[in-house]
Amino acid sequence: MASSIKIRARKKKDVVDFKALIQHPMETGLRKNANTGKTIPAHFIQEVRVESNGDTVMTAYWSGGVSKNPYVSFKYAGKKGDTVTLSWSDNQGGTDTASATVR
Amino acid sequence: MTMKRRTFVKGSMSAGAVAVAASAGLLTPQAVSAAYPEDTFTAEDVDSALGGVDMIPSEDITIKAPEIAENGAVVPITVRSTLPDVEEIHVLVRENPLPKIAQFNLGAGAKAEVSCRAKMGKTSDVLGVVKSGGKFYYASKEVKVTIGGCGG
Repeated sequence: MASSIKIRARKKKDVVDFKALIQHPMETGLRKNANTGKTIPAHFIQEVRVESNGDTVMTAYWSGGVSKNPYVSFKYAGKKGDTVTLSWSDNQGGTDTASATVR
Repeated sequence: MTMKRRTFVKGSMSAGAVAVAASAGLLTPQAVSAAYPEDTFTAEDVDSALGGVDMIPSEDITIKAPEIAENGAVVPITVRSTLPDVEEIHVLVRENPLPKIAQFNLGAGAKAEVSCRAKMGKTSDVLGVVKSGGKFYYASKEVKVTIGGCGG
């Protein structure tokens, strides 16, 4: 299966600009199916961890209030050639990991 | 004596079984780390979502979000701060059924600037809360929503 994560990390001036897109439905658990009236079970990413060369630079905790196919970006002090790794885990036990090199 | 020994063996066995179940992860059905602040995400108002801490209004926090969001399902939000030693950045939408959207814990070297996209049910204040030096600071910005993002 193709990775659910797309990472783009670029060195800009003195910081690394980290951007990532994750494919995920991000169901809040509050929405109802319009036809059956049943509540759609919650299914969202709870934890996102970004590491650079093995050191955690950012940990994010999310609720179902984050949009479907979430986007996240932040900046950190790094250099070209760093290996950045993003891993996420959701409330149904799903998880994925991807790495990229800072350009 | 024999009875006591029996009870003791039984007791230690059941205790052992619980320990094994716990270590095998049987008692924690979800593969989520213990650090996930579940309470703050299930809270239905802003105050309890932040654990009732005192927040100080700050002009050193900038929230970048559209004035009018045509689609409430995808509202880009950037929170930036010039405060020193920022440890955490929280994003909340006051009028959402569950206001807390995200919490970013910044590690070594991370700058106080994060972006994400949030769902908004209706027109509401977006709050950017920054934890710096053990204190909480906030700024807010109203975003008008023309089509809600929840239950659409």
